[in-house]
Amino acid sequence: MSGLATIQRQIQWNRLIAVVEEQAQTMIRTAFSTTVREAGDLSAGIFDLEGRMMAQAVTGTPGHVNSMAESVGHFLKKFPVHTMRPGDHYITNDPWLGTGHLHDLTVVTPAFRNGRIVALFANTAHIIDIGGLGMGPEGRSVFEEGLYIPIVKCFDQGRPNETFFDFLRAGSRTPVELEGDVYSLCACNDAGAKRLVEMMDEYRMESLEPLAAFIFEASLRATEEAIAALPRGSYAAEIRSDGYEAPVTLRAAMTVEERRILVDFAGTSGLSTRGINVPPAYCRAYACFGIKCVVAPEIPNNWASLKPFEMAIPEGCILNAPRPYPVSVRHVIGQLLPDLMMGCLAQAVPERVNAEGSSALWNPPLRGGAQVSGQAAEVEDFEIITFNSGGTGARPAKDGLSGIAFPSGVRTMPVEATENVAPVVFWRKELRPDSAGAGRTRGGFGQIMEIGAKNDAEFAVNAIFDRVANPPRGRFGGLDGAPGWVGLDDPNGTVLRTKGFQIIPKGRRLVLKLPGGGGYGDPRERDPALVARDVADGLVSEEAARRLYGWAG
Amino acid sequence: MRRVRLAADIGGTFTDIALEAEGAEEVVTRWTAKVLTTPEAPERGVLEGVALALERAGLTAADVTLMIHGTTLATNALIERKGAKTALLTTEGFRDVLALGNESRYDQYDLNIDLPEPLVPRRWRLPVPERLDNTGRVLRPLDEAALRAHIPFLRAEGIEALAIGFLHGFVNPAHERRAAEILREEWPELPVSLASEVSPEMREWERFSTTVANAYVQPLMARYLGRLEAGLRAMGMGAPLFLMLSGGGLTTIETAARFPIRLVESGPAGGAIFSAHVARQRGLEKVLSFDMGGTTAKVCLIDGYAPQASRSFEVARVGRFKKGSGLPLRIPVIEMVEIGAGGGSLASVDAMGRIQVGPESAGAMPGPACYGRGGTRPAVTDANLALGRYDAASFAGGTLVLDAGAAARALDAHVGARLGLDAGMAALGVVEVVDENMANAARVHAIESGKSYEGRTIIAFGGGGPVHGYRVAEKIGVERILVPSGAGVGSAIGFLRAPVAYEVVRSLYTRFGRFDLSAVNALLAEMSAEAARTVAAGSFGAATTETRLAYMRYVGQGHEIAVPLPVRPLTEADVPALRAAYDAEYARFYDRPVPGSDVEVLSFAVTVSTVAEEVLPAAEVEDAPAPAPIRVQRVRDTATGELGDWPVYSRAAMRPGARVAGPCIVAEDETSTLVGPGWVCRMDGLGYLELMKERPA
Repeated sequence: MSGLATIQRQIQWNRLIAVVEEQAQTMIRTAFSTTVREAGDLSAGIFDLEGRMMAQAVTGTPGHVNSMAESVGHFLKKFPVHTMRPGDHYITNDPWLGTGHLHDLTVVTPAFRNGRIVALFANTAHIIDIGGLGMGPEGRSVFEEGLYIPIVKCFDQGRPNETFFDFLRAGSRTPVELEGDVYSLCACNDAGAKRLVEMMDEYRMESLEPLAAFIFEASLRATEEAIAALPRGSYAAEIRSDGYEAPVTLRAAMTVEERRILVDFAGTSGLSTRGINVPPAYCRAYACFGIKCVVAPEIPNNWASLKPFEMAIPEGCILNAPRPYPVSVRHVIGQLLPDLMMGCLAQAVPERVNAEGSSALWNPPLRGGAQVSGQAAEVEDFEIITFNSGGTGARPAKDGLSGIAFPSGVRTMPVEATENVAPVVFWRKELRPDSAGAGRTRGGFGQIMEIGAKNDAEFAVNAIFDRVANPPRGRFGGLDGAPGWVGLDDPNGTVLRTKGFQIIPKGRRLVLKLPGGGGYGDPRERDPALVARDVADGLVSEEAARRLYGWAG
Repeated sequence: MRRVRLAADIGGTFTDIALEAEGAEEVVTRWTAKVLTTPEAPERGVLEGVALALERAGLTAADVTLMIHGTTLATNALIERKGAKTALLTTEGFRDVLALGNESRYDQYDLNIDLPEPLVPRRWRLPVPERLDNTGRVLRPLDEAALRAHIPFLRAEGIEALAIGFLHGFVNPAHERRAAEILREEWPELPVSLASEVSPEMREWERFSTTVANAYVQPLMARYLGRLEAGLRAMGMGAPLFLMLSGGGLTTIETAARFPIRLVESGPAGGAIFSAHVARQRGLEKVLSFDMGGTTAKVCLIDGYAPQASRSFEVARVGRFKKGSGLPLRIPVIEMVEIGAGGGSLASVDAMGRIQVGPESAGAMPGPACYGRGGTRPAVTDANLALGRYDAASFAGGTLVLDAGAAARALDAHVGARLGLDAGMAALGVVEVVDENMANAARVHAIESGKSYEGRTIIAFGGGGPVHGYRVAEKIGVERILVPSGAGVGSAIGFLRAPVAYEVVRSLYTRFGRFDLSAVNALLAEMSAEAARTVAAGSFGAATTETRLAYMRYVGQGHEIAVPLPVRPLTEADVPALRAAYDAEYARFYDRPVPGSDVEVLSFAVTVSTVAEEVLPAAEVEDAPAPAPIRVQRVRDTATGELGDWPVYSRAAMRPGARVAGPCIVAEDETSTLVGPGWVCRMDGLGYLELMKERPA
């Protein structure tokens, strides 16, 4: 290839990344569900005609990212490329063909240039309600968890499939938002397709194949080089989740070879009867993300850069849930996988991994009104979820981040905005002192949240919290972060279950204490000035500073 | 009395002065001056530059009738964390709003990111028991004793400025006002910023962040403005002093001292106003302002001669210009995209063998490798030199002789060797990548604004704008470029064209299904009066114009679209018309309207502004002969990679109406205008260079 052609391929690759970013931004701006527009729980990408992902938006969250990469192949099996027409849009929320639970819609759209199909655009978004039991762990099969959409056409050559939309609206507590979100997903794929065609015109490209080959070759080579730089060997680790009916152990054996990394999850606990089970694509997504953050963070996501990471997930384990096992809140287990991967990598490259963090999001799904209190309801019906996080694990050279999502890539919404869409009052939402695991670098602090309904009315939480019995662990002498706590604001400090549907009685508030991240290294080696700063800020008590850090102040 | 108007723009490296004086028959003459910025006492540079400009014009300070000023001082204080010791009083249970932000990371894969430290550390973020609900109803009364109890601690800590921000305080400011009253009683000399005044809009993080930033820069700005005013008076200047706001209007020194946070982006705003004026002179309805300097490039869409307005902005980004890595500000700003792409931006090759350019910059020291000041890494300027676009001996008017060998060595070592390219092709790669980066930023900017590039003109200025303009234009499909004169001090000239203006924004939640006409009309009247009052202080009775906007969205959506309102009380009949206007505006952005959704209004904006001065349309000029080239340069074309001989013309030797065909270069001291293959360049009646893409016959 000539020098000029090499440079032009690079420019086209950059452009492709800009195109998918534009696709994601369009979704954020047009989406209706707060989960997409405020929280950014979405992803967007472009695929070649074999269903291989060429580029993906930086905006988005890892669980979607890597599982959506597998999803397009499933669409092509049902609707082969030669059957697709301009203006077609295909949709599913099948947890096993999409991104792991019914709340995620995935839409695939073919892009045409001069009447010829040239690429596929796909995106995924977490919508606010899909009927059924609602977001929560209580279902005993996927059939209880909501409306199940097989891969179907939602737009046929530009015309909405009204039968589909009728079913969709009828099956949700929030029909207007849901329908609006489907429109938004289709619109953002169209935006991507339009830009792609412009680029192909500019560079007179008849097909994307040569560009795809260039991207895949460069990405694979760079990823393999990054792997080759790691010490070869086998590294094992395990991590514990509180589980639903019993604690869950996740176990991994990671083998670093010259050009690939193999992870075997043998020894992991079996399936749960409740919706904390993880479909395999979602397991691969978060495990891959955890490895990639450490090993090759700079390499953009695509089919080839994900390829050298191979997973063996035994049948019957909680990370390989078969249909129709319930999977609604698979994130609560899945989001521990990066910590597990780092537990393995800590043995290979200790200076590049974090201590364990709060990791699983602490999203309280709240419901009130007649669906909770029947005719005695004192507030209008509401169904909301906010996305909240504890502390992240300490980093080798920096403290963990306080109240920040990791590994999830979502954002939270302002309290003022939440209080405007539902009759709730957040009485407290601030950092939780003494929750960070002590260390040479400390973990991030968790938060304390106190939530009531307006006029102190009765409401309910569909709890999906973890790290209460099993706090985030420190590494290399760093101490564990504080465990989480779920309960009421009554004088006895009534404790609630970490998972499942529970009523907050009239006059009471829900109290959540989010876990802190684990520490890294011996706390006695911490810079005393930093200990003094945390004490002055009221984040570390004087007593804890003396006891844990040997603070002399 | 003849009008003599003076503008001073303090930038990172230079302080620019533009002076315009009316002569006989109202003919306006312009003088400019450029002096080094004096960061330790910025007024010194201004006074020096003013003296220089006056001397060049043969005028004295007493002759000046109006002075306009813009400065990056507030921005720098935020970036360098050199503001006042600031405290925040806030709702109990919410003292960490500034630290928690939106609980997210701006980079998904980088485990080692830093988040911006809040301007107020936790020990000075103090809780006050009180609580309002979303309608402004009191859930918990203000605990005045608890508030007073904080004061001795704040005194002991040596606090110099205070911000007060309560949840939902923008709906009902009673608690914030009462808290301020108590502070004034107990500690009258402490400057206090109220969230309900600085940024009365929903979203607590953005509102508190803006309020705290205002408090943080207030003492410093007040001192600076005081010193500047005294210095100007000492020179004998009696003219009023106006400040340039980030929203593109001018305001009085009193308003600037109250809300100094509104000054942060005044320099770039001046650049946009400059472009808008040029657009008006040439009757160009659709323009992209493209300002490329040493470290960054700024692009801004200008339709109907008005730069696009926005209300959100991020300052002091800690993560390589990454969105989300700065402090959020909710203030009126001119919407623009700024990316790390300038002459000093450094090039490298990443793990995938891809050329990366910026945002890291060589700065003024050591500067690009070709400056010969010890830089060894290749910058965009090195690449331009290696492509043959600059003449090593006559760069910057010959004040800096460039070292072409050093540029080639840097490109070889850091780009060429990695990719198997010679220095010339490596240079091509660097320039193509930086042009693509700017084109991508421009594309995203257009998408986010629901606009297109069809029929648009680029107005290129700054040292790099005229060099990179034609290739960026080709990439985004623009076929006309204008390179105005005076582009080196564009922002300062822009200040002279800005109206005296003020924007008031208030949140008032209302749904179309149950539109509360009387509440909306009362609010709009109050806002209008406030904006008019603020402008009257500086307009000296000049005619004003008012615009009103409603920020609307489908119920449940997250992002609002601005829809213009009539400037009069609204009636029942307006409600369906507004709804229709919203649907049309939405469809313009996103094609697909959404069936069956109600529409809600989140906030309103009222702007009062003096009427822009009449601009005489530019006269058509007869064709004039092309000047003879002053030399020929061997230039590599970045689109094809081919080497060719490009004639170089002196801009000073071109007469209005002269036409030269690309490929060629039109050189002047501050910059060079590249006329690519397939482009022609003609000087218009105003002395501006107009580049047109020739369509193949």
